[in-house]
Amino acid sequence: MARPLTPFLWTLFSAGGTVAALLYPVHLFLTGLAFPAGWLPAPGYSALHGLVMHSLVRLYLFVLVSLPLFHWAHRFRYTLYDGLQLKHLTALIAVLCYGTAFIGSATAGYTLWTMR
Amino acid sequence: MRQTVGVSVARYRPEQEAEPVFQDYEVPFRKDWVVLDALNYIKDRLDGSLSFRWSCRMGVCGSCGMMVNGQPKLTCAAFLSDQGEGPIRVEPLRFFPVIRDLVVDITDFMRKLKKVKPWIVRETEKPVAEGEYLQTPDQLDAYKQFSMCINCLLCYSACPIYGLEPTFVGPAAIALAQRYNMDSRDQGARERLEILSHKDGMWECTFVGECTKACPKHVDPAGAIQQYKLASAAHWFKTLLPLGSR
Amino acid sequence: MSAGVGYTPYHPRWYRRRVSVWWWMESRSYTGFVLREISSVAVAFFAVVLIALLRALARGPEAYARFAAALASPLMLAASLVAFLFVLFHAVTWFHLAPTAMVVRVRGKRVPDAVILSSNYLAWIVLTAAVAFILLRG
Repeated sequence: MARPLTPFLWTLFSAGGTVAALLYPVHLFLTGLAFPAGWLPAPGYSALHGLVMHSLVRLYLFVLVSLPLFHWAHRFRYTLYDGLQLKHLTALIAVLCYGTAFIGSATAGYTLWTMR
Repeated sequence: MRQTVGVSVARYRPEQEAEPVFQDYEVPFRKDWVVLDALNYIKDRLDGSLSFRWSCRMGVCGSCGMMVNGQPKLTCAAFLSDQGEGPIRVEPLRFFPVIRDLVVDITDFMRKLKKVKPWIVRETEKPVAEGEYLQTPDQLDAYKQFSMCINCLLCYSACPIYGLEPTFVGPAAIALAQRYNMDSRDQGARERLEILSHKDGMWECTFVGECTKACPKHVDPAGAIQQYKLASAAHWFKTLLPLGSR
Repeated sequence: MSAGVGYTPYHPRWYRRRVSVWWWMESRSYTGFVLREISSVAVAFFAVVLIALLRALARGPEAYARFAAALASPLMLAASLVAFLFVLFHAVTWFHLAPTAMVVRVRGKRVPDAVILSSNYLAWIVLTAAVAFILLRG
């Protein structure tokens, strides 16, 4: 199945890479550094919750999580294959990488869909 | 100004050694000399047993590719004065089997090149009476850069993927396939896509980009491959549509 | 056509050097490439943080407060800093690679790489400002 699917997986990789490049720096800076360290005022629970209630925001967040995960999966798979020369484990690596991305995306999707 | 420079050349004579050894020579240091001149000096004056390939000595034939101080270079284009303090290390092109001294076997590449059909493929031939296939300057521009390849194989020596996975079709072959795909006279894009969609084709490439850096003719094989990937992905999505093109 | 090694006719007297598993340390370019690829782990790291954040958000204010406190621990701050640097590295290398893959032709002429590059950076600035504005106005 590798041959028919590779162009599709590469497209996910490219889209994910673009999302990560354009949006992850600001989100990571705010959520991972500025807000916890107190450099900038973090949005309160109700403000954030209210924001996430919009369906467009939920769609945005789903894309924000899932596409970069598939970007990582594709890239990491090739890194293991080439960098560590793990050719004999190629099928296992593919399943682990894309499987993890799928699970992560499904978790995010489920959480966003059922959030009250 | 120094009069001579040391050149450390990898020798491999299968009849007398199991692994390459380095042999040091001292050659005149001339401002206008290239590494190829130094090798020819060695062969003419110092050691006639040294084996290496060269031809045009002006960067168009692609014969004299070798590793100079660890970088794939055309020895006819690598000036002695640009190689830093001696000794200058000269080795055979990396990732290819060494037959003798600086001579490598390139059968693998020749086989792969033929596989990608680097010629105009037509579904229907135009009769001679109807005249030539006309092409505008813009149509030429679409593929011209990729047509500059001289098959020197420096890109293969630069590509770590080719080193790790020798079945990879490789930068030059894919770039040349794309040169014909982009040629308005060609109708073989589908055939080539079939061939290069395989595991060892364009998808093996991870855009390291070293091939483009090594290329002496500014072909930009990395660019050709990524554009090919984009075109292949677009084609893949089109085949999903019920009435999409095949 | 060949026996032994599959990719080229086998000849017992031809010399083949094995590629070391440390091939990526042999040149700065290769090392830079591997670092670029490793940056995807930082991307995955933040994706996981986002998932955890969403799950905490779904469970209620106490869970979210606990999560926010966990993010502020020295270990998490250090990890976020490292991840942030890698994500920046990913973004910059991605923008510089994009013009090679994306050839846009307008009326037969290729759009210069510099235009694609600056469009990427412009989009980056605009989106960063938009996200910051939404998240900071409270």
